Amino acid sequence: MSTASEAARPVIRPVSRSRVFWRSPLGRSLKRVPFYLLVIVVFVYALFPFAWALRCAFTPEGDLFSSPLQYIPDSPTLDNFKQAFQAEFFRKALLNSALVAGGVTLLSLAIGSLAAFALGRFHFRGRSLVMYLMLSMTMFPSIAILGALYTMISGFSLGPIDFPNIYDTLFSLLFTYLIFTLPFTIWVLTSFMEALPGDLEEAAYVDGATPFQVFYKVLLPLLLPGLVTTGLLAFIAAWNEYLFALSFIQDPDKYTVPIAITSFVGESGSAFQQPWGTIMAATIIITVPLVALVLIFQRYILAGLTAGAVKG
Amino acid sequence: MSTVAPPVPAPRRRRKSTKLKRRQTRLAWALLVPSLAVVAVVALYPLGKTVFQSFTDEEFLALNPVSWVGLENYKDLWNDTVFRDSIWTTLKFTVITVAFEFVLGLAIALIVNSSFKGRGVMRAVMLVPWAIPTVVAAQMWKSMLQSNGVISDAGVRLHILSEPHAWIADPSTALAAVCAVDIWKTTPFVALLLLAGLQVIPHDLYEASEVDGAKPLQQFWKITLPLLWPAIFVTLIFRTLDALRVFDVFYVFFGNRLGTQSMAIYAQSTIVGDGYVGYGAAISMAIFVVIALFVIIYLTFQRVAMR
Repeated sequence: MSTASEAARPVIRPVSRSRVFWRSPLGRSLKRVPFYLLVIVVFVYALFPFAWALRCAFTPEGDLFSSPLQYIPDSPTLDNFKQAFQAEFFRKALLNSALVAGGVTLLSLAIGSLAAFALGRFHFRGRSLVMYLMLSMTMFPSIAILGALYTMISGFSLGPIDFPNIYDTLFSLLFTYLIFTLPFTIWVLTSFMEALPGDLEEAAYVDGATPFQVFYKVLLPLLLPGLVTTGLLAFIAAWNEYLFALSFIQDPDKYTVPIAITSFVGESGSAFQQPWGTIMAATIIITVPLVALVLIFQRYILAGLTAGAVKG
Repeated sequence: MSTVAPPVPAPRRRRKSTKLKRRQTRLAWALLVPSLAVVAVVALYPLGKTVFQSFTDEEFLALNPVSWVGLENYKDLWNDTVFRDSIWTTLKFTVITVAFEFVLGLAIALIVNSSFKGRGVMRAVMLVPWAIPTVVAAQMWKSMLQSNGVISDAGVRLHILSEPHAWIADPSTALAAVCAVDIWKTTPFVALLLLAGLQVIPHDLYEASEVDGAKPLQQFWKITLPLLWPAIFVTLIFRTLDALRVFDVFYVFFGNRLGTQSMAIYAQSTIVGDGYVGYGAAISMAIFVVIALFVIIYLTFQRVAMR
């Protein structure tokens, strides 16, 4: 906004010295200092807890909370990692979590891609109803049906079908995790399906391919990025789940990772004396593969996150 | 956005195409059968069962038969001060975390959206807190928040605190401690969602307004915020629903400690800890109502804001 008097001034006027300075290369980079300071603050805020977990993992248990606090351990040690791996339940938990998360992801992708084929490539009555049902399921609070599931997994009959007792087995998690992985998978895969071009598919139909051949040979290979994205997100969601695992699993042999990480007890055996060094070593063991996964597949993950959210 | 124009059906083929259409519809439903069956068994049936259970006195593995008690559970719930406290705790948690995550997330999204070196690294770093289990994040913070932990120590060294403080054990700072973990873990996620919205805003708008002499702040209020509104709305509603059912952080920090229970903690400890499935179902229904209320508030707000 310029006033009339300003506008009347001659266009060419002496530029002030400070302005010259801020336009010079040095001045320009100085101008961005507050900006980069802010970036650094964000980095520190995001990364310090990880740095501290690393510090704790390499610090002998006795020195963890010594005062004054050692910000960098005086005598770094791998004992905590040994302790973590010596705990049988922790080793088993890594396997259990991989089995459950992997299983539920494959199951969701298998069933969900069929549904996405129907929702993304066909137009039929009731399509939007199904889409809304899936969307509302993705926001479904799992706590709302905890009680019903708790009684159901001890065996129930639905009409002629009898479901066996799966309490305290990994099947109970495989079964219940579908609540949050499947609708999400369908929702995201459908958006990927819709984005595929139609020509190839039409050409295949003209050549006499059946819908199933089109699905397997034409659409599925094109959908691969979408499958990777959705699979990763479903896997991470299942890997991180706590409420159901805490409620349905008692046997330490069947703990999942989130349960195991809260189950370490110190040598005194008291729950109040938590062995923080061992816990932090376990934390690092869990976090490193996840970080690697995220960094390798960040492009896919971002695509999935935004496909799920922006469309919703 | 599909650019393929819909094929114009030739008149002679019309009968054939309706037949094809019917076959396609049948095929589509056949493909949906497995998914719909799973959703029915793992979500819809349990939901109906929960509604039913909330009117009974069902107990887990109890020997006495389940009997219908009508509205008894809901009457008890109305007078249940523990539940009332848990609603308050959850509401406070939701308002604090969603507000902080939104403001911080928007700031970070704006930073990352303006091009600067290391932007790709920043985006990858932002994904990390989101990817690790909430329980793991909570454990990391729990060790830092001990009275002899690093936060007390740094606070004393920097003369912000006069003495070490047990953040989790002290009821007056317990909620803040839980919020700190959630804000740390979820802000990057919020930033990523908002960033996706920012990247859709056409760049010419900024250039054109710059030609017209708009200041950066004006650009923010007149261009960025209105065009980002859909992304903001979706993000806020997602985050609010998530915060209302918070469980993991509260459980790791406090267990079932009275006074610091979220709604989900109270429901879980009633159902699994005490085995009162009937009463727990009533709590679940109440949580459902609270969440539905928030959805209605948001949608009404959205409709008013659109006008």
